[in-house]
Amino acid sequence: MQNNKHKTHKDPLVYITKRGEMPKLKAMLIKAAVILVGVLFCALVTVLLTSENPLKVFKAMFDGSFGTPRKIWNLLQASAILLGISLAVTPAFKMRFWNTGAEGQVLVGMLASITCMFYIGDSVPSWLLIVISFFASVIAGSVWAGIPGFFKAIWNTNETLFTLMMNYVAAQLVSLLIMFWVPSGSMVLGLVNSEGKNGWFPSILGQKYLLNILIVALLTVVVHIYLKKSKQGYEIAVVGESENTARYIGINVKNVIIRTVIISGALCGVMGWILACGTDHSITSNAVGGNGFTAIMVSWMSKFNPITMIFSSILVCFLQKGAGEIASNLGLNSSVGEVLTGIMILFIVSSEFFVNYQIHFRKNERKETAK
Amino acid sequence: MSNVAIELRGITKRFGNVVANKDVNLTVCSGEILSLLGENGSGKTTLMNMISGIYHPDEGQIIIGGEAVSINSPHDAFNYKIGMIHQHFKLVDLFTAAENIILGLDEKGKFDIKAVSGKVSEISSKYGFEIDPAKKIYEMSVSEKQTVEIIKVLYRGADILILDEPTAVLTPQETRKLFDILRRMRDDGKAIIIITHKLHEVLDLSDKVAVLRHGEYVGTIATKDADENILTEMMVGKKVELNIDRPEPVDPQDRLVVEHIDCMSREGVKLLDDVSFVARSGEILGIAGIAGSGQRELLEAIAGLQKLDGGSIIYHNPKNGKAENLRDKTPMEIRELGVRLSFVPEDRLGMGLVGNMSVVDNMMLRSYRRGHSVFVERHGPEELAHKIIKDLEVATPDADIPVRRLSGGNVQKILLGREISSSPTLLMAAYPVRGLDINSSYLIYDLLNDQKKKGVAVIFVGEDLDVLLDLCDRILVIGSGRITGVLDARTATKNEVGYLMTKTDREEDAENAE
Repeated sequence: MQNNKHKTHKDPLVYITKRGEMPKLKAMLIKAAVILVGVLFCALVTVLLTSENPLKVFKAMFDGSFGTPRKIWNLLQASAILLGISLAVTPAFKMRFWNTGAEGQVLVGMLASITCMFYIGDSVPSWLLIVISFFASVIAGSVWAGIPGFFKAIWNTNETLFTLMMNYVAAQLVSLLIMFWVPSGSMVLGLVNSEGKNGWFPSILGQKYLLNILIVALLTVVVHIYLKKSKQGYEIAVVGESENTARYIGINVKNVIIRTVIISGALCGVMGWILACGTDHSITSNAVGGNGFTAIMVSWMSKFNPITMIFSSILVCFLQKGAGEIASNLGLNSSVGEVLTGIMILFIVSSEFFVNYQIHFRKNERKETAK
Repeated sequence: MSNVAIELRGITKRFGNVVANKDVNLTVCSGEILSLLGENGSGKTTLMNMISGIYHPDEGQIIIGGEAVSINSPHDAFNYKIGMIHQHFKLVDLFTAAENIILGLDEKGKFDIKAVSGKVSEISSKYGFEIDPAKKIYEMSVSEKQTVEIIKVLYRGADILILDEPTAVLTPQETRKLFDILRRMRDDGKAIIIITHKLHEVLDLSDKVAVLRHGEYVGTIATKDADENILTEMMVGKKVELNIDRPEPVDPQDRLVVEHIDCMSREGVKLLDDVSFVARSGEILGIAGIAGSGQRELLEAIAGLQKLDGGSIIYHNPKNGKAENLRDKTPMEIRELGVRLSFVPEDRLGMGLVGNMSVVDNMMLRSYRRGHSVFVERHGPEELAHKIIKDLEVATPDADIPVRRLSGGNVQKILLGREISSSPTLLMAAYPVRGLDINSSYLIYDLLNDQKKKGVAVIFVGEDLDVLLDLCDRILVIGSGRITGVLDARTATKNEVGYLMTKTDREEDAENAE
């Protein structure tokens, strides 16, 4: 008790304050500077880890995405898929509904299309099969998201856990159906309808991925307009910001939650359809490959703005492709690429912190004696 | 009885320009219960937070056991055997009572839940608590949780107990039990400080009463020398003239007739108890009361946001003469009935507006549904935003700035401006001048008076009695969810209102229930 009598307050040496509004140009410059530091940091890590010339590593990364026209198309295709899923999760996240189940919602959408291709691939013309698959996928995705949405709205269950668990159910469902479909027991489903390519997206201008990209471009415009201009988009924003305000102005919050989550799931279903009919023409339980989670990052990084998401998703895919290229071309351990990707994403995300907050260093420590 | 447990000398605490406590002197002896009495915002909780180590006084001394001490953290307070029971319980829901009680204690050796339970039982039987140490917090009633909080500080050996409005959440029977326990603790030699604004409780329980008013220390009086009149006068002070306009009501007609409404909280405490009143057109009806006496529930019930357990809310539509019952209708259904109801809620940014949205988007809250298009129409809201910014002199760089960046006064102008713009026939405003400077406050009074002159029935929930007495035509006083009186604001005195605010009929209730 005695030693409490002359206690001194010590202020921390470093403290952080929130910045006010700043001009857009200044914010851009800060972000650019942080990303530049990230690149330099990557170079340093590369030298320390591999003693390779960092320029050579960067060039390899760049070649991974832009080395050949084929690689460019692959980059655009991968970005389109990531962008599409990012768009799909955005309405839910804008409403502060933590939809961590995009992975599963896309997968069941994909499964629905593959099922259509598998069972009625021979009996209907290709264009009709594509249309039927579309509706099947949309319904599957909506249901997969709608179940947790409904539980959230009615009983306020935790949507993060619920949607996450639905991913595992979806993956198991895929395994189960593959087991039925593949009598050999190899658990590998080959290309479905590889003979007549029934239900496959047609190539446009000789490019098999162009249709995928065009559909996602259209989705981007639609989602952008829906969120910014429509009454429903406005309701999503109000519910996300303040449920009390939503109730106060007479929005039926439950309905908006269920409606928005179903829309989010339906968009995931569309992406499953594109993966099934336009890209993979087959399915595995890991066919979405983590894009359902990466999409959450892309969506938040872009502050739910669909136009910004175009650039974010291309950037993320560029880093991923580059990481793969380093591994195969320079004969490095594949983890090096992933480490560099991780560092870059960390810096990109944290650039936002430096725009919003300022770090101060206290010059002379102030002591205040409590009397 | 004269051994002083804790003494405060000349305590002053400022937050920026606001003086929360000014030169406060208090003495509490062992074996004594002191009531700390004061209106909302009079600085009671701030003062107690300084004793319990949450704040540090700017000036003055705290003396414990004859020595000036410095209490810099709740841990220090605990070393000086001070225990505070906060209004909002700080318990871990998933833990049992015993686990919560020993949480944060650095006891040496192995954690022995049996020994803890034994000691808890010992404390319980000594003072008459009823508690099951193995019961989880989430299974407990509010009063049981409070019991855990009290045992928690006793377990730590507290000799000075501070209770912040302990009866606010209790039923009359539970309040009685608590008082019995407090009396037993007093007889055991504990020093007890209880924050309250219920006069009958003060007179019933305490040995002496200290009164704060607007942060200033008014004085201490022995309970045996006090009565309700003396305490009310100490609490509310003399009337201050504010010179707010008060036009005479023109042709008042019944606009809203509320009859016998009841509302129960989930814990079974009556939030509204048989409330009846009439709001008339061309009149400002003031609602006075201690914060949390049911004002919010009352307004939200009228606005369709609060389910009721009984009664009716009849709206008389001046357009077609129809009478509609608004009870248990949603805000949308109320609007569809043609009820032109505007509501300025207490929580401006959390309910009336969306803080992160621009001024224009906030204007849209009321009007975005208009038209059959699936798209929102922004022209009207933009014009309205600019009109309000111009007419009400809102200080803002433009109409696209998020409203949370504006000052309190400007936020209120935007909210009130939007609500008035829909030409209401009934306008409800909860604490519309809270936190506003003098000029903004007068602007808000003028706006309310303009509405009154237009024949709107205005309901004004306020906390400043001087304002209520100068602005309103009639004042409805609410205490613990009951209407304790309706006064003519032109003739009523501040003491009358203050007395009705602190009066409750709960004691009778308790007897009837038993």
